[in-house]
Amino acid sequence: MPEIVVIGAGPAGLSAAAAVRSHGQRVVLLDENPAAGGQIWRGERTAVAQGVETMFGTRALGIASAGMLLCETSESAVVLPFRKLVVATGARERFLPFPGWTLPGVFGAGGLQAMVKSGFPVDGKRVVVAGTGPLLLEVAEYLRSRGARIAIVAEQARWTSLIRFGLALRHAPSKMAQAARLAFSTLPRAGCWVTEVHGTEHVEAATLTDGRRTWREACDYVACGFHLVPNTEIAAVLGCHLEGGVVWTDDLHETSISGIYCAGEPCGIGGVDKSLIEGEIAGHAAAGRLPVARLFAKRARARRFAAALDAVTRLRPELARLAREDTIVCRCEDVPLSRIRECSDWRSAKLLTRCGMGPCQGRVCGSALESLFGWRPESVRPPVQPARAGTLAGLTGSA
Amino acid sequence: MNGRTPDVVVVGAGIVGACCAWAFAREGLSVTVLDRAGIGQGATAAGMGHIVVMDDSEAQFALCRYSQRLWAELRPQMPADVEWQACGTLWVAADEDELEEAARKKTFLEAAGIGCELLDAKSIAAAEPNLRPGLAGGLLQPGDSAIYSPCAARWLLAVSKVDVRLGVAVTRVRSGDVTLADGSEIAAGVIVLATGGAARSFVPHLPIRPRKGHLAITDRYPGWLNHQVVELGYVKSASGESAESVAFNIQPRATGQLLIGSSRQYGVDTPDIDQPILGRMLRRCIEYMPGLAGLSVIRTWTGFRASTPDKLPVIGPHPEARNVWVATGHEGLGITMATGTARLLADSVVGRAPEIAMHPFLPSRFVEVSRHD
Ligand SMILES: Cc1cc2nc3c(=O)[nH]c(=O)nc-3n(C[C@H](O)[C@H](O)[C@H](O)COP(=O)(O)OP(=O)(O)OC[C@H]3O[C@@H](n4cnc5c(N)ncnc54)[C@H](O)[C@@H]3O)c2cc1C
Ligand SMILES: Cc1cc2nc3c(=O)[nH]c(=O)nc-3n(C[C@H](O)[C@H](O)[C@H](O)COP(=O)(O)OP(=O)(O)OC[C@H]3O[C@@H](n4cnc5c(N)ncnc54)[C@H](O)[C@@H]3O)c2cc1C
Repeated sequence: MPEIVVIGAGPAGLSAAAAVRSHGQRVVLLDENPAAGGQIWRGERTAVAQGVETMFGTRALGIASAGMLLCETSESAVVLPFRKLVVATGARERFLPFPGWTLPGVFGAGGLQAMVKSGFPVDGKRVVVAGTGPLLLEVAEYLRSRGARIAIVAEQARWTSLIRFGLALRHAPSKMAQAARLAFSTLPRAGCWVTEVHGTEHVEAATLTDGRRTWREACDYVACGFHLVPNTEIAAVLGCHLEGGVVWTDDLHETSISGIYCAGEPCGIGGVDKSLIEGEIAGHAAAGRLPVARLFAKRARARRFAAALDAVTRLRPELARLAREDTIVCRCEDVPLSRIRECSDWRSAKLLTRCGMGPCQGRVCGSALESLFGWRPESVRPPVQPARAGTLAGLTGSA
Repeated sequence: MNGRTPDVVVVGAGIVGACCAWAFAREGLSVTVLDRAGIGQGATAAGMGHIVVMDDSEAQFALCRYSQRLWAELRPQMPADVEWQACGTLWVAADEDELEEAARKKTFLEAAGIGCELLDAKSIAAAEPNLRPGLAGGLLQPGDSAIYSPCAARWLLAVSKVDVRLGVAVTRVRSGDVTLADGSEIAAGVIVLATGGAARSFVPHLPIRPRKGHLAITDRYPGWLNHQVVELGYVKSASGESAESVAFNIQPRATGQLLIGSSRQYGVDTPDIDQPILGRMLRRCIEYMPGLAGLSVIRTWTGFRASTPDKLPVIGPHPEARNVWVATGHEGLGITMATGTARLLADSVVGRAPEIAMHPFLPSRFVEVSRHD
């Protein structure tokens, strides 16, 4: 019998797969990364529940035909039959364009962390960490532990909202909250942000401001992240209904498409605890079992944390005004802000400037344009990520 | 509204509407263009932008050729974002039968004064090294080109200095005025319906059927492809009546990307990607260019061609309403034919003799003329 397939082996996918297995049913867990762990446990040894079949280095692209998931590995196309699906595709960082953001040496905060985890050296390097959200602090801590000198952690949120967030954390679940509480109490400089990055070939310095005072920090790298954007593309291409930019599900995490479940960040950014709990609920539900009641109470707490996180990471309007007319907004197609301004919406910007038409298909600039102009990206279609023509041609076997 | 009554209202800001605005503005007429969406967001956003001379019928050939000449005249003023590419068309003959067809085409084109070159197996391989070995040869039509049509439409509207109003849907068209969705009316001496496949809502009995097409575009591979390469069997796919067909058709973009087509389907009106037909189309292309299988596709999309039973566009007076003109039904050649279509209409309106015969395109060939005005 075709099995339950879980897309994404981060916290949500891992706990979904474990929950399915706990009922003795077959489950296949796939991830485009070479190992389990998702964003948070990337590069760490992450245990997969016993009996879960895994397919790493396998990217889900869409539906090949009814009940068949179209995937791709580095060598070939794979068509995977499924009875039910759990979408646990996590989130990515949000980027905002500002002068200099395309200079070599400017990274996404989580992106730099991932690079360092896979061997990129930062020992002795001076790093400006900037943006918003608890991820910044995690990253700063991690970089420091690998020998980097953190020039500053610039958190755009005001102190007042950080304090409110801190209070909200009293009721929050363990890990992420702990980390956040710890870090927020020590490190960041609140109400402050990068306005420009300087350098000719590579980053040399960043200009920061707190709204009143403006100063320069010399640095080797800038790690910036403006919180996270849910990876809803796979769910969307499967036909699942989205609401307010996240995947709509019922209480048991079933989406608007019967038999397709969704858990973790695509249902709303909320951190690792929320992902673990939602994954577990979705796994039980996909296996046709009722999750135990205490999971719902835990989820309610995790969601309160998510709501608090949402409030604290709301971007201040100044950030939408940093980009200058010549600042590149779409990196794939080199489109500057001035050209996008001539357009009235996302679709015309795409058609008339090629913005969002490159290999990233708006995964980077789409969320930036949403922050800048309030434009919601248009519909998603297969392939949700670049795929070989041979794969889309349905040619299985080696390409 | 600014109160003034324009001489001409063009409904539709696709490539055909944009060319009409340009052609009427050249006559010194004031033009207002209305579109319910934005510039070039209909079929114009979907098309490959191949400006190609096809010779499926005398009339098709005449309009393609006339239009191509008009495009060439515009070329020197085109801004870079129109991405004009002098890529020519390389028709591929898979076997001896198709090579015979290539030879016939050459004779026809040359007689009409269009330069072209017959290629044997060796020279086609040299012209396009990524074609599979073992093909019989082909025909190179070097005068064809490709453009990026949404930006062409925008540019034509901008240089014509016409009044463009977007997000404005027209709900009714009568002799002398159009009614907008908000109930307001715009009066104009001349009204041009360049609404693509939506023309049926204003000319009820026009036999226009949507014909869905899929396309895929790759990442950048500069130098991978030199010409727009099309199998000779494409003509069968385009002019045939089968419910579903695919043909190998690939175009090098100015960016180094490859635009891959094409499919044709009747009887479907949802824009979703149909994976089985997309798969079939890509397999067809990979048969001709095996190396494609390993290239990265970054996006796929669909569009609808407005097709007519005789595969010719509908250009001419509205069958019922005086001073209302229709320009639609261009199937897979609307980018190519937009310039010629616009000039034919402008000629008709100002009362100048057209440069090519217009009767094969008249709406009256499909719809009985009954004027109540
Ligand atoms: C760059 C980055 C760094 C982060 N670092 C931290 C941190 O240090 N500390 C912290 O507390 N939180 C961090 N977070 C937040 C953290 O990711 C979440 O709180 C939590 O891990 C989310 O779990 P998840 O299972 O929902 O998603 P993820 O952990 O994001 O897991 C989703 C998985 O799905 C896979 N996937 C996505 N699409 C496909 C596809 N089409 N086919 C196959 N596989 C697919 C991905 O490869 C990924 O492994 C980070 C987030 C990001 C984006
Ligand atoms: C897959 C595919 C590939 C193609 N490749 C090529 C090619 O290589 N070469 C070529 O020459 N042709 C090609 N074509 C055909 C070409 O794209 C079309 O013929 C051409 O774009 C038609 O232009 P149009 O302006 O008539 O229609 P459209 O671009 O559809 O424009 C019609 C406009 O009218 C507007 N409109 C409709 N109704 C109303 C209303 N009630 N009120 C206000 N506005 C309204 C719409 O919003 C739209 O903007 C291709 C087509 C497809 C689908």
